[in-house]
Amino acid sequence: MSTLGTEQNPLLVAIVGSGPSGFYAAEALIKSDITVKVDVLERLPSPFGLVRSGVAPDHQKLKQAIKLYEKIAASPDFNLIANVTVGKDVTVEDLSESHHAVIFTCGAESDRKLGVPGEDLKGSHTATEFVGWYNGHPDYRDREFDLSHDVAIIIGQGNVAADVSRILSKTVDELKHTDIAQHALDTLAESKIKEIHVIGRRGPAQAKLTPKELREFGELADCSPIVLEQDMILNPESEKELEEKSNIASKKIYDLFYEFSKRDIDSSKSKKCFFSFLMGPKELVGNSRLEKVVLEKNGLSGEPFKQSARGTGETIELESGILFRSIGYRGVPIEGVPFHESWGTIPNDKGRVTDNDNNVVSQFYTAGWIKRGPSGIIGTNRACSVETVGCLLQDLPNLDDGSKKLGAAAIYTILDSNNIRHVNYAEWKKIDAKEIERGEPKGKPREKYTYIDEMLSATD
Amino acid sequence: MTTIVTENCKNCRFTDCVTVCPVACFHYDDDMLYIDPDVCIDCSACIPECPVQAIFEGDDIPEDQEKWIEINAEKAPDLPVCEEQMDPLPGAEERKSELGF
Repeated sequence: MSTLGTEQNPLLVAIVGSGPSGFYAAEALIKSDITVKVDVLERLPSPFGLVRSGVAPDHQKLKQAIKLYEKIAASPDFNLIANVTVGKDVTVEDLSESHHAVIFTCGAESDRKLGVPGEDLKGSHTATEFVGWYNGHPDYRDREFDLSHDVAIIIGQGNVAADVSRILSKTVDELKHTDIAQHALDTLAESKIKEIHVIGRRGPAQAKLTPKELREFGELADCSPIVLEQDMILNPESEKELEEKSNIASKKIYDLFYEFSKRDIDSSKSKKCFFSFLMGPKELVGNSRLEKVVLEKNGLSGEPFKQSARGTGETIELESGILFRSIGYRGVPIEGVPFHESWGTIPNDKGRVTDNDNNVVSQFYTAGWIKRGPSGIIGTNRACSVETVGCLLQDLPNLDDGSKKLGAAAIYTILDSNNIRHVNYAEWKKIDAKEIERGEPKGKPREKYTYIDEMLSATD
Repeated sequence: MTTIVTENCKNCRFTDCVTVCPVACFHYDDDMLYIDPDVCIDCSACIPECPVQAIFEGDDIPEDQEKWIEINAEKAPDLPVCEEQMDPLPGAEERKSELGF
């Protein structure tokens, strides 16, 4: 047979997951100088992963990354096989039999737990559920969030925590022209929440959100950002961290918190968003549902940039009926693929999947959050996927085992014989067009379909 | 408001920023990079990548660098897109130390 990666013998790659890292991996393959056919598998009928269902609806500009993904999808070498779950509708083995290589770019779909008593009380939620719910993700469509309380608590001070807090802090007018799901907008319109407490385990010099996200809290229509002046006093190690020239982002964050701490409270605004530091949840308390949260004050110890938070034993209590934890994500294992339990990622070397003894597993690659853990923003995944595809292309001579690979045709045979309704890119474009059409009368960029059945009906 | 490449990029052009740009909005000439404001989605991924801190959010740009807002917008669209990391310009490391990084 002719060399792999030529017109006569194209490299066949299956990519599992159609979020940013999946699309950037597809892009790197398609732009390479070999002949390649890429099949991207997606478990929902809609592509784009967290750009569609993670990026907050009031950050429409960020969602324009989709324009680039649409260009990639327009390539004749790109094929979407959506509404298909790998591990259920097709197996990993099916993919490795039909394709020369498989890239897992399935993200980090589950949350880290707080590990404190009462965590599973009614009223205690993950940020993931709430984000998926307001973004119209079918998995979270029917979740219920009781916003009839005065106080909401968010554990964590990263960008996701900022998104959740900001959505709770905004008025309906600030959200109604975004692509927020209608069911979420209706529930938020009835929200009684007046106080949002965003709790970080370390100090204002260590908060891990971007300055841009934080700045938005200073510009909300009906919510004041509140930071206590006393919380802005730093230990010498944190001061040293902020003096470091390369740590400019943390300095900007600190300066924004500082500016919030000097503001007079705007009494014309009905909501307050408190940023509190050096505290962690110790216990969630309530009879049938969450009633209060016991928070333990923390102290920092360690060298600059390596400071960790430790409980001091001193506690305070905060009455609250709803809490969201946003302390990081973890991946979900896929049958037949190595998985690192404590990291929640697929073990790998620069994107080459490895087993528990660090041996490379041939044919398997990974990119994005499931490769390196849930850090970085959309663009970080581009560099990550480029690295992985670089390794894959280096391995090209080893990927041809001489057997005839059937690619997508083999996958379709399996799906069709099991009567599994799959969705291709042209069908997705029909769903997309109908969503945009549904949004128009409301002045929204789109009104998403939030049930899989609705999406499938829209392909007719 | 968009994201802008400023003075410090001149004669450095390290291009670390380009690898994390989700939309390939960086363009280049012989001196430096420019961001096309019509393509940039303001994600800020590039900002911490720059070894000489040349990139700013529009809301955060130092006053003496404001002229670069217009220069980026004018120059970028007609220049070639920089999609992959290139070698820094000759003398870039020296300039980086001169700038105090």
